[in-house]
Formats: sequence, C-alpha cells, structure tokens
Amino acid sequence: MLGRKSTVAFFLTLPLILLIALLVLYPAFYSVYLATLNKAMTKFVGFSNFTFLFKRETFWMVVRQSCIFAITAVFFKALIGFIVAHFVHNIPGKKQRKWRGMLLVPWVIPPAMSTLAWLWLFDPSYSAFNYTLSFFGVGPIPWLGDTFWARFSVILVNVWYGAPFFLIMYLAALKSVPDQLYEAASIDGANWWQKIWHITLPMMRNIIAITTLFSLIVTFANFDIVRILTSGGPLDTTHLFATWAFQVGIQSSDIPLGACVSLFMVPILAVAAIFILRDVNKRGNEA
Amino acid sequence: MSTLAIDKAGPSRKVKLRSMSRDRTWALRWSYFFLVLFAIFFLVPPIYMVITSLKSSAEISAATNPWWVFHPTLSNYVELLTSNQFLRFFWNSSMISIVVVIVTMLISIPAAFALARMKFWGSATLATGVFLTYLIPDSLLFIPLFKMLAVVQDVTGITLLNRWYVLVFIYPTLTVPFCTWIMIGYFASIPKELDEAALIDGASWLQTLTRIFIPVALPGLIAATIFAFTVSWAQFLYPLVFTTSIDQLVLPVGITTTLIKGDVFNWGQIMTGALLGAAPPLVIYAFLMDYYIAGLTAGATKG
Repeated sequence: MLGRKSTVAFFLTLPLILLIALLVLYPAFYSVYLATLNKAMTKFVGFSNFTFLFKRETFWMVVRQSCIFAITAVFFKALIGFIVAHFVHNIPGKKQRKWRGMLLVPWVIPPAMSTLAWLWLFDPSYSAFNYTLSFFGVGPIPWLGDTFWARFSVILVNVWYGAPFFLIMYLAALKSVPDQLYEAASIDGANWWQKIWHITLPMMRNIIAITTLFSLIVTFANFDIVRILTSGGPLDTTHLFATWAFQVGIQSSDIPLGACVSLFMVPILAVAAIFILRDVNKRGNEA
Repeated sequence: MSTLAIDKAGPSRKVKLRSMSRDRTWALRWSYFFLVLFAIFFLVPPIYMVITSLKSSAEISAATNPWWVFHPTLSNYVELLTSNQFLRFFWNSSMISIVVVIVTMLISIPAAFALARMKFWGSATLATGVFLTYLIPDSLLFIPLFKMLAVVQDVTGITLLNRWYVLVFIYPTLTVPFCTWIMIGYFASIPKELDEAALIDGASWLQTLTRIFIPVALPGLIAATIFAFTVSWAQFLYPLVFTTSIDQLVLPVGITTTLIKGDVFNWGQIMTGALLGAAPPLVIYAFLMDYYIAGLTAGATKG
C-alpha cells in the first residue's frame, strides 16, 4: 500500500519534475557551459569571457547601475507602499475596497504596455509632463535624453509599477495586527510614531522582509521597463544586467558573452533567495 | 466624596472621547487627501493612454493641451481592430495564454496534491525546490533557452525558433512553480478528516482529488488561474527573443516592434494598442479582484 502510494505520488509530480529539470535546471547549467565558449561557440575558452568583462568599463557601469536601480527602486516602492497602506487602512469598509482596487491598477497592466504610456509621457517634443511643468516655469526636462534623468525615469516607472504590490502586501499585514495593541498603546500615551515603531513594524517584520527580498530579485532582474524606455541609453548608462545581456547575447549574437553577463545576477539573487527561504520556512513552522 | 469623584470623571472622559473622534476625523481627511495625490500618480499613465487613444494624429502633432481631447475620435480603435496584423497579435496572445493556463493547471494541481498530502521520499525538498524555481527570473534563462531551441531545431529538424507555439512550452516555467506553491498551501489547509473519510468510503486518489480537493480549494484554483493567465499575457522577454516574424508575435512585442517604426511614432495607435493589450488583465481584475489579490498575497502568507 505504501509502495503504491509513493508510486502514485511520483507520477503526479513527474510532469513538474520534468518541466523544472528540462526547462529551468538544464538551461541554468547550460548557461554556465555557454559562458565558457568563444563567440563562435566552437571552442572552450575557460574564464576569458569573464576576464574580458572585468576589463570593460561598460560592465562595471552595468553592475553599478543595476545595484543603484534595484536598491533605490525597492526602497521607494517599500516606502510608498508602507505609507499608502496606512492611508488605505484608515478608510472605512466599502470605500476601502474601491481605493484598494484603484491603487492596484499599475500592477495589473502588463508592464510592457504601461511603459509605453510612460515613454509617451516622456516624449522629447510632446512630453505631457514638460507641458504641465512649463506652467510652473520648470523645464523642459530631458527625461530620457540625459543620464541623470534617464536613470531617474527608469526608477520612477519601476516604483510606479511595483509600489502597489507592496501596498497590497502591507495592507494584508496591517489587517492582521490586533487593534487591542494600538488601543493599549494609546492608553499608555504612545504617539503615532511610537505606535508604528513599537507595534506596526515588529508585527509586520516578516512580511516586510519577504516582500522586500522578493521585490529585490524581480527588480534586479528587470528587463521590460528599461528595454522599452531607453534600451540602455543614453550611452549605455541605464543598462541593467538583463538588458545588457539581451543586447550583447541576442542583438550582437555573442551568446557566450551574453550568458556570462546574465550569470553575474546569480550571486545577488542567491543571497536574496536564501533569506526568503529562511523566512518562508520560519513562517511555515509558526503556522 | 464618591459623587464628587464621579462628577470629575464624567466631563473629562467626554472631552477625551470627543478629541479622539476629532483626531480620527482629521486622520481620515488627511488620508483622503494623500490618497488622492497617490491615486493621481498611479492613474496618470493609464488615463493618459485613454486620452491619447481618442486623439487623431493631427491633433497629437498640433501639440494642443495633452491632457484634453478636443476632437474625440474612435478611428484608432477602428483601425487597429480591423487590422489583420493586430488581430493576429491578439489571437497569438490569447491562444498562448489559454493553453498555458491549461498546461499549468494540469501540471500544478496533481503535483500540489501529491506534495500537500502524500509524504514521500524527497517531497519536502521538492516543495522547497519548487519555491526556489519561482525565484529564478526569466532574464537569467532566455539566452540558454534560445540556444537550446536552436540546437534542438538543428538536431531534429523541427522548427522551434520563430514559432509562437514554442512559447506554450516555455511559459509554464514561469507559471507552474508559483501555482504549485500556492496550491500546496490551499490543499494543505483542507482538513485531513475530509479526504480520510473519502478514502475510507472507498474513493480512489483521483476521486479524492476531483471530488474533494478541487471543489474545496476552488478559490485558490481561481487565483492560480488568474496568475497564470496574467503572467502569460504580460510576458515580454521570451517572445521578444524567440519570435521575430510579424505573424508569430504576441501582443506586447507586436505593439512595441511594429507600431514604433523608426522615428515615426504613431502615438494614437500605440496607446490604443497598449490599452487593448492591457484590457484582458484589467477586465479579469475588475471582475475577480478578490481572487486576484488572494493570489498575490498567497505567495508569502501561504505554505
């Protein structure tokens, strides 16, 4: 009976195992192999792709920009999500549902589609932002033409797209904090800041950690937004690992070098994944 | 003495209550104020899409007030919805998303059932592995997958590159891990007594799955379906890399590559296309918001 049960279980999970093995694990290792070949993929060159990258200035710029992009964007997504979640939490009952529904819209629209809207808002000659700002005597701002502003713009769009996700996660976490804790704190004379610092943050710590780490992975590996907004420009200054790997590996058909570039994402992703896993397991044990 | 004390306590208590409720009213007013500001930030791009989609090219290039439509026209919609090319993109996207949802469910549900209920050798490791797979981004795998498809194509002679249906095999790597993960959570929350009773009554494993687990975990199933659909619909990198001919493109890639022609940007049509491309996920979200949000939060709170 026991033997039969595990046979059934094996067949039930077999498609899943095959899918992961063939289309996730195998390509992941294949990528390492590809990274050790020369451009024509005819001979093994060891680490020379890696050492080649280390010597290129663009590579270090991509490393720096990826880190700046991911850290800044995740920070502002988390901050805006946290603040807005509190405001939504204050709204009573039915109205709260409407606000929540409205504020999640950026997350629902496919990022490739909404980034087109941003591209149009940032248009050099017809920018609706510059039109509006001109009434305040500001601008015109070269949203995508200047290095600083282009970096600012890709982060802005990423924050716009990702903040609603944080909002929803934090709102769910806020609802799970018992009201009695706040009431008790009010009676003891705590102000709003003390309530946030001593009640809200400790109670939400786990959700904040998981959401932030998860978002860090997704943001670090982002492709759509930068690809559509700037394609890495001006002068490769907004490239992330993903967009640069695409340009090098697919557009310039240097597959080994492209594979090599994308492999540099692994260490950071792995660290974030380990922490997420630890937190998820902790939650599992608590439940 | 005692009456005096009560007299004293009475009014002061009232004052405190009133001030607290006044605090609440002000907190609510400020909340609304800031929510309106954030709502503007969040909704400007989609609203601007709608505004631009209603303008003719002439009005756009006249550079009048960009936030207002002076001569609303549906010509962009008519043009796109009668263009074979655009309908082709829509058809490709729909076919892929629907098939991917079905494939995802066929893989995820049995696997989640086995992982939630049948403890077998390596089941805990596999569950963790599924979660880790979910964390592997598409931008890490598109180059090796591209090369793999090219190699398989060379060896077998079956055309894999530049065929939309290949995406049906690739997308499940993005949807299956998460769907399996949240289904494990939903299945595990079903009381064991329920399926034990069914087994005692002589039901097979398959019957317990179809008669008990699937109906009871239906909300989770709907959430997983929505997730799989929206992920497949929005996927941009894989189709951009694996397909190139116009008749093989999906909507996001089609709009970004064919409507943007060199320096000539037909923004009215691009915005209309983007809006139509965003419509299916938005419609699903409008009608099934609670399931959508349940699926979103399930990843971190279930399992």
